[in-house]
Amino acid sequence: MSLTPDDVKAIARLARLSIAEQDIPAYAKNLSNILEFVAQLDKVDTAAVQPMAHPLDMSQRLREDAVTEQVDRERYQQNAPETEAGLYLVPKVVE
Amino acid sequence: MLHRKTLAEMAKELKAKKVSSEELTRTFLERIERHNPRLNAFITVLKEQALTEARGADKRLAAGEGGTLTGLPIAHKDIFCTAGVKTTCASRMLENFVAPYDATVVARLKQAGTVLLGKTNMDEFAMGSSNETSYFGPVKNPWDETRVPGGSSGGSAAAVAARLAPAATGTDTGGSIRQPAALVGLTGLKPTYGRVSRYGIVAFASSLDQAGFITYTAEDNAMLMQAVSGFDEKDSTSLDKPVPDYVAALDQPVKGLRIGVPKEFFDKGLDPKVAEAVQAAIGVYRKLGAEVKDVSLPNFWLSVPTYYVVAPAECSANLARFDGVRFGYRCKDPVDLTDLYMRSRGEGFGAEVKRRIMTGTYVLSSGYYDAYYLKAQKTRSLIRRDFLEAFKQVDVIMGPTAPSTAFGLGEKADDPVTMYLNDIYANGVNLAGLPGLSIPAGFANGLPVGLQLIGNYFDEARLLAMGHQYQRETDWHVRVPKNYE
Repeated sequence: MSLTPDDVKAIARLARLSIAEQDIPAYAKNLSNILEFVAQLDKVDTAAVQPMAHPLDMSQRLREDAVTEQVDRERYQQNAPETEAGLYLVPKVVE
Repeated sequence: MLHRKTLAEMAKELKAKKVSSEELTRTFLERIERHNPRLNAFITVLKEQALTEARGADKRLAAGEGGTLTGLPIAHKDIFCTAGVKTTCASRMLENFVAPYDATVVARLKQAGTVLLGKTNMDEFAMGSSNETSYFGPVKNPWDETRVPGGSSGGSAAAVAARLAPAATGTDTGGSIRQPAALVGLTGLKPTYGRVSRYGIVAFASSLDQAGFITYTAEDNAMLMQAVSGFDEKDSTSLDKPVPDYVAALDQPVKGLRIGVPKEFFDKGLDPKVAEAVQAAIGVYRKLGAEVKDVSLPNFWLSVPTYYVVAPAECSANLARFDGVRFGYRCKDPVDLTDLYMRSRGEGFGAEVKRRIMTGTYVLSSGYYDAYYLKAQKTRSLIRRDFLEAFKQVDVIMGPTAPSTAFGLGEKADDPVTMYLNDIYANGVNLAGLPGLSIPAGFANGLPVGLQLIGNYFDEARLLAMGHQYQRETDWHVRVPKNYE
């Protein structure tokens, strides 16, 4: 599996990662090596094998839909890059 | 020589008022001040806070209150959310992130009266096997400062090995507690998936992540595991199973136990000198009356490739939360929302994290999901099945923790696949969700070697007991690197 520079740009776009133009060839090489390495899995016949979902085959635990704590917005927003009047600010999305 | 004592010894002396928590805490804070500039094992040191906590512990001890762990200083890997303290995950993305709450592991240890010395360095977002991917620079191995301490819990490993802290937390997604413990000559346990709460641990691969400890001895590890194990309603994958008395179980004899040694663990890729040390360690168990048999894990060779589909896939989903909006790094002057996302993430994450996010994004992308992710979840079933078959014949599986001793800084940094193969003996244990323990088992090339013990589900008590029995016969675990005696 060999990725082209354009493939890397498309994946980076999907992952919302900006990658500097000069770094693209190195990512293409490393990611191709990783995909080639994991391609070893193709050698195994898994037609009759169930995919593993949980080591102990547990299913998702449910809980009561109850209020357990109040969100402390002010404290949480101290970690935000930009806020105003309790709102998170982002560049203009709607014209 | 306070810093040479085990946690168990310190706990006894605290109870007997032979030493105070403040004295212990000062001892380690001074050692951190002296040695950390060279080792880079800590990202944050909490000097004032630690001394305040220590004085509080001393008051409780003086009043005859407090438990086994009251007053014992420890360190946390910087992946555990710690209320009011920077929790960076060794990333530029979280360089200024102050956790608004405590992880359950942190809360339980605080409740037990431990004193927090600081937060340790690590591979960025726990992605790495050498601690070279940290935004805050690599950690040095105290046995040889030109070498890596392993990763991703490399700061915790180096800190404890150099006796800058008597114990530290770690997390293990594909070997990140066991491999660094092996490379610096310490005891490191990765518990069964679901045994220890993941709440408040910055998530990497949610179906694999587990928290545990890096300590001098199996006994110290048992004391700490006692405090953090057990059900937590805040972690939906936490399992509601009773927690045995790990410390009381340490005296369980080895005699009569069946040890399985997979022939696949001694195949090509293993340093012959490491193999020799590991075989000698297994010989000690034979001498103690264990029965040693050959077992086979025929699908073992699939574990690293399977891991490098599953772990990146889960990482790409988990790290989508870092968007430059609610917390974390934000790029300068974004022109629109997409630019804000792309540059904040592109500038905030390091190269290895970006590689893993992209690998994960690719294997989960439309048209490739079945070929990669579904396939890997199937090979994961095969890997687990091999272990369960082996556990029908034996009580514990033994082999090397890592294929070599500590390698040089920069030696493998340019080739991800070569780096990934450091965890060849570790990855399968995470994929199957089993507990694994690494204990110091001698030296090769003048550097520590780890013996890995893999147990069946919830067999932590047996692993720790086997580690403890070995440590009564050997003295590898009390060796200290020469610049840190």
